Amino acid sequence: MQARTPLVAMENISIAFGGIKAVDDVSVDLHPGEVVGLLGHNGAGKSTLIKILSGAYRADAGEIRVNGEVAHIASPRDARRYGIETIFQTLALADNIDAAGNIFLGRELVTRWGTLDDVAMEAAARQVMARLNPHFRRFKEPVRALSGGQRQSVAIARAIHFNAKILIMDEPTAALGPAETQQVAELILQLKKEGVGIFLISHDIHDVFDLADRISVMKNGAMVGSARVADISKDEALGMIILGKCPAAGTPGPGAMA
Amino acid sequence: MKFSARLRELEIDPRLLGMLGALAVIWIGFDLLSAGAFLTPRNLWNLSVQTASIAVMACGMVLVIVSRNIDLSVGSLLGFTGMLIGVLQARLLPELLGLEHPATWLVAMLAAVAIGGTLGVLQGVLVAYLAIPSFIVTLGGLLIWRGAAWWVTQGQTVAPMDGRFRKLGGGIDGAIGATASWIIGAVACAAIASGLWLIRRRREKFGFHVRPVWAEALVISIACGVVLGAVAVANAYPLPMGIARRMAEAQGLAWPPGGLFIAHGLAVPVLVAIGIGIVMTIIATRTRFGRYVFSIGGNPEAAELSGVNTRRTLMLVFAVMGGLAGIAACISTARLNAATNAAGQLDELYVIAATVIGGTSLAGGSGTIAGAMLGALVMQSLQSGMVLLGVDAPLQNIVVGCVLVAAVWVDTIYRRGIR
Repeated sequence: MQARTPLVAMENISIAFGGIKAVDDVSVDLHPGEVVGLLGHNGAGKSTLIKILSGAYRADAGEIRVNGEVAHIASPRDARRYGIETIFQTLALADNIDAAGNIFLGRELVTRWGTLDDVAMEAAARQVMARLNPHFRRFKEPVRALSGGQRQSVAIARAIHFNAKILIMDEPTAALGPAETQQVAELILQLKKEGVGIFLISHDIHDVFDLADRISVMKNGAMVGSARVADISKDEALGMIILGKCPAAGTPGPGAMA
Repeated sequence: MKFSARLRELEIDPRLLGMLGALAVIWIGFDLLSAGAFLTPRNLWNLSVQTASIAVMACGMVLVIVSRNIDLSVGSLLGFTGMLIGVLQARLLPELLGLEHPATWLVAMLAAVAIGGTLGVLQGVLVAYLAIPSFIVTLGGLLIWRGAAWWVTQGQTVAPMDGRFRKLGGGIDGAIGATASWIIGAVACAAIASGLWLIRRRREKFGFHVRPVWAEALVISIACGVVLGAVAVANAYPLPMGIARRMAEAQGLAWPPGGLFIAHGLAVPVLVAIGIGIVMTIIATRTRFGRYVFSIGGNPEAAELSGVNTRRTLMLVFAVMGGLAGIAACISTARLNAATNAAGQLDELYVIAATVIGGTSLAGGSGTIAGAMLGALVMQSLQSGMVLLGVDAPLQNIVVGCVLVAAVWVDTIYRRGIR
């Protein structure tokens, strides 16, 4: 599996904000149908790294390859063209617009006169939401009026509706109750079966350990290392996160403790 | 079924209803205080003409404020643009095309939109691409364009305007007459009924909730009633005797001893304002651009992350605002039959006040074109009514100021209620 060309490879990525290296020479990759858990403490640089992939930030150095070819991602629009969809930790919803409007924001369906086709968008929104949250009925209300879990469903629906090849989920279950978390887990397994590559970002290994094929751990902006979940224990994974110690079964990165 | 439940079936925005209620209170109140002088065809007709220029600009201000910006320059933009097209049609075009050339009005109007739009783009670029706060950019614009207006003629007033152009300002020439008014009214009613019916059919096709038939019929009949009522009022306002006589004689009609009732009909600037209101409503609610403006107002970061070109959208918002200020410049220049250095002074404040009274939140993300136009009508009603009652100008300002603050306060309470 590792010999094939990865779906995405981020190579030697660095970015600094005001002299502080938020991400320092980090490399990660992702294969089709694979779930890679990106772990680390709050502030380890996970979200920053992923925002580079989703086009929100531009890396100071390093290269992104999609299917082996160098990808130029300067804006979220570019990322979407490569089939990269992101569910941001902050959800990134426009509170004053309804669920369908948010799902299609930036990619609205239009009628043949060029006006918004709200009815068609609502119909599509109902379909995709039925997959995520079958009880969701509040299509007419601005998402401000929705609960945390419902907002999360909208954010996820927006990412999966457009047949993402690469899905980035930044703390996708942070706002969810147990039943909804279970739904997201099932969704991840289903998307994986469809060949979607998923980056699953979390500060909690329990969220990730059951779903991920591999984990990559970051600490203080640097890569501690990567390991197949089957090869290491939870304690070893915790050791990577807390101490920055890469176990023998993993591949150490530049940030690994000597 | 309870009344409130019935009201919900109508799916009418309760805030719009509240605004209409407030307008009714103002109108009836002034009518009682002025012993029946307010609710006359003559006063209402003049009121509609006086509202037009502010209403046109309020349409653009909705988008500006919804996108979390402000435009303080619209009054000065109006003044500068009005001055330029005044010189264009009073001095340049007569030499190029000849005096009272049939194309003069069109050239002047297109020039106004182009000038206003270009200046709007300029301000928009500064706001969107250089990230200078819109308050500052347009505060600068307020001073710059007002000064520029003076430079065009060294402060001289330019008059008179082209005869056809003057129709844009209303007045006796600028009304379309009884028959044309009824035709427009009938067409509008047909459009309302068929439009609502089409929307209903489409929603039914997807199996979505639709209003009950009685509610749909009630909405259509109220809307048509308002349209036809407005036409009836405009048609109840006769031309002055002398002018009616001249018109009758020009058409070879005998002048009856009791005089002849020739109606004004709807005023051209009012039709322009309503047309712009409809177009802007479509832009705001039915196009991608409008959706992007609202998304930026709701959450600029989310809009950017969703792939919305936020900078271009913001620049276009200011361009639209500038273009509308250009149209407003035509209306007010035509109404005055002169381009003056002071045209549009303080208009920015009336436009912003009308927009805010009309339910547009200064926090961004919410507002309607119809509300803003109604807000403009409320403001103008207050002013006209007070003039009718002989209230001193300083007191007028005090009252308008108090109403503005009170309206926003009521709106804040309402918003908290629905949270």
